[in-house]
Amino acid sequence: MSQKSVLFDAPGPRARRRIAVGNVVGTLVVLGIAALVAVALANRGQFAADLWSPIFTTSAWQDYFIPGLQNTLRAAGYAVVGAVVFGLIFGSGRLARVGAVRWLSGVVVEFFRAVPVLLMMVFFWLLFGYNRISDDPAFLAVVIALILYNGSVIAELVRAGVGNLPKGQSEAGLAVGLTGGQVLRSIQLPQALIAMLPALVSQLVVVLKDTALGQIITYNELLRAAQIFGNGNSNNLQTLTIAALIFIIINWALTAVARWLSRYLSGRTSGATATGPGIGNPTAVAGKPGGPGNAIAATGDPSAT
Amino acid sequence: MGDFLSQFGELFAAYDVPGAFWVNIQLTFWAAIFSLILGTVLALMRISPIASLQWAGATYVNILRNTPLTVIMTFLFLAVWTQLQISLSDDFAQNFFRFGVIGLTVYHAAFVCESIRSGVNTVPLGQAEAARAIGLSFLPAARLIILPQAFRGAIAPLGNTLIALLKNSTVVVAVSVSTETSTLMREMIESNANFIYAIFMIFAIGFAVLVIPIGLLTTFLSNRLAVRR
Repeated sequence: MSQKSVLFDAPGPRARRRIAVGNVVGTLVVLGIAALVAVALANRGQFAADLWSPIFTTSAWQDYFIPGLQNTLRAAGYAVVGAVVFGLIFGSGRLARVGAVRWLSGVVVEFFRAVPVLLMMVFFWLLFGYNRISDDPAFLAVVIALILYNGSVIAELVRAGVGNLPKGQSEAGLAVGLTGGQVLRSIQLPQALIAMLPALVSQLVVVLKDTALGQIITYNELLRAAQIFGNGNSNNLQTLTIAALIFIIINWALTAVARWLSRYLSGRTSGATATGPGIGNPTAVAGKPGGPGNAIAATGDPSAT
Repeated sequence: MGDFLSQFGELFAAYDVPGAFWVNIQLTFWAAIFSLILGTVLALMRISPIASLQWAGATYVNILRNTPLTVIMTFLFLAVWTQLQISLSDDFAQNFFRFGVIGLTVYHAAFVCESIRSGVNTVPLGQAEAARAIGLSFLPAARLIILPQAFRGAIAPLGNTLIALLKNSTVVVAVSVSTETSTLMREMIESNANFIYAIFMIFAIGFAVLVIPIGLLTTFLSNRLAVRR
């Protein structure tokens, strides 16, 4: 909001009057919509104390919300670690000099990026269940599906991160006598990894949101815990609102960290430090926070699929 | 092997796999149109100079973007439909389909908004300054100089949002749309567990066949139309 807009010039006295009028009208419209929703909810008795009070008891948090949140964070934690490992392996695989390795990594990454996470979760859940691979097939299915999908996204982040480095970096490496692999490992990857950190944190938001898919395959995460609690008290609207709020607060904090990292790290690498869009596609990053100056990030990476 | 193939053929004759994909495509189609409209309105609010609209747009985006889609769908099903008893159609299937479209729309509108806004952000300030220097006022400058460039910059992120939307259309199972792909896949596996890998591969490849052309097309278009700077 503080940034200079391309579309609008600095307003003169007349424009400033118009903006002020528009501001008042806009405020009224927004408040009006909020009031309409509130009145509609009140008419249906949704603000009644007995619908909200069960949420603010010790047992609600001790038995439902907190264990649910723990399960959510546990699945997200395992998934992130696995996804980073997967992403590094296949990301460097896509940059390998051997054609077959490059091709194989490309097929794996493109495949897992194209398949909906939910399909993978359902598949692994049933597979592990039939083969009795684990005591908790739902948890394992959530983690593995998230690793495969987000690992593929991170692999693309690695590749885009290396691709966005100035060409002089690898040329300088080759000029001092390093081999291609050494250039990748000791010059390009370290800079690319720093450059991709903000996008990686944004990807964490995607992982955390996608753990909620575990509800569909009966993994007892935050959403499912809230739903069970809500069913018991017939106040699903209220409990789901609380669950959504918990997700929003955590994700909003993660997004803030990503934005801060992006600013903080931009001086430490020759790559572009842009945050991810939060929907799981690194190459959707256009118009990075640094402004319109960076044409590489802005016009979209050619690898975007 | 021939035995396997013939059993496999019978399995697919018994279930309507293309029909399930068609449900996902329809969901994607309607949600894409509505989220493009809602997202454009939100983007206009966020880039307008009016503080209250900026705030409202930013709040919408920050809330919806950070809420898991599954939570939105569950909320529509359990809170809006069951608890508030708001129904969108007398026909059960149609009712859930519409809730599914609404859930997908409100979630993806936030990403459409950010895609369009990032498109506008790709236009350098110098373009606007140049437009004003040659005497164009607000509307001509926006129509002739800024928006054409902004639209081109938004193609790649919009295409990615469309891909995400298509894949996320499987999540409507949480609002009990029972004819879409993830439900059908589960039904098929549960009654034919020995074909689990083949069934999964069919659905996975089906999505890859739908998703990869959209990706190739947006990449082609965004490179073709990219403004070289």
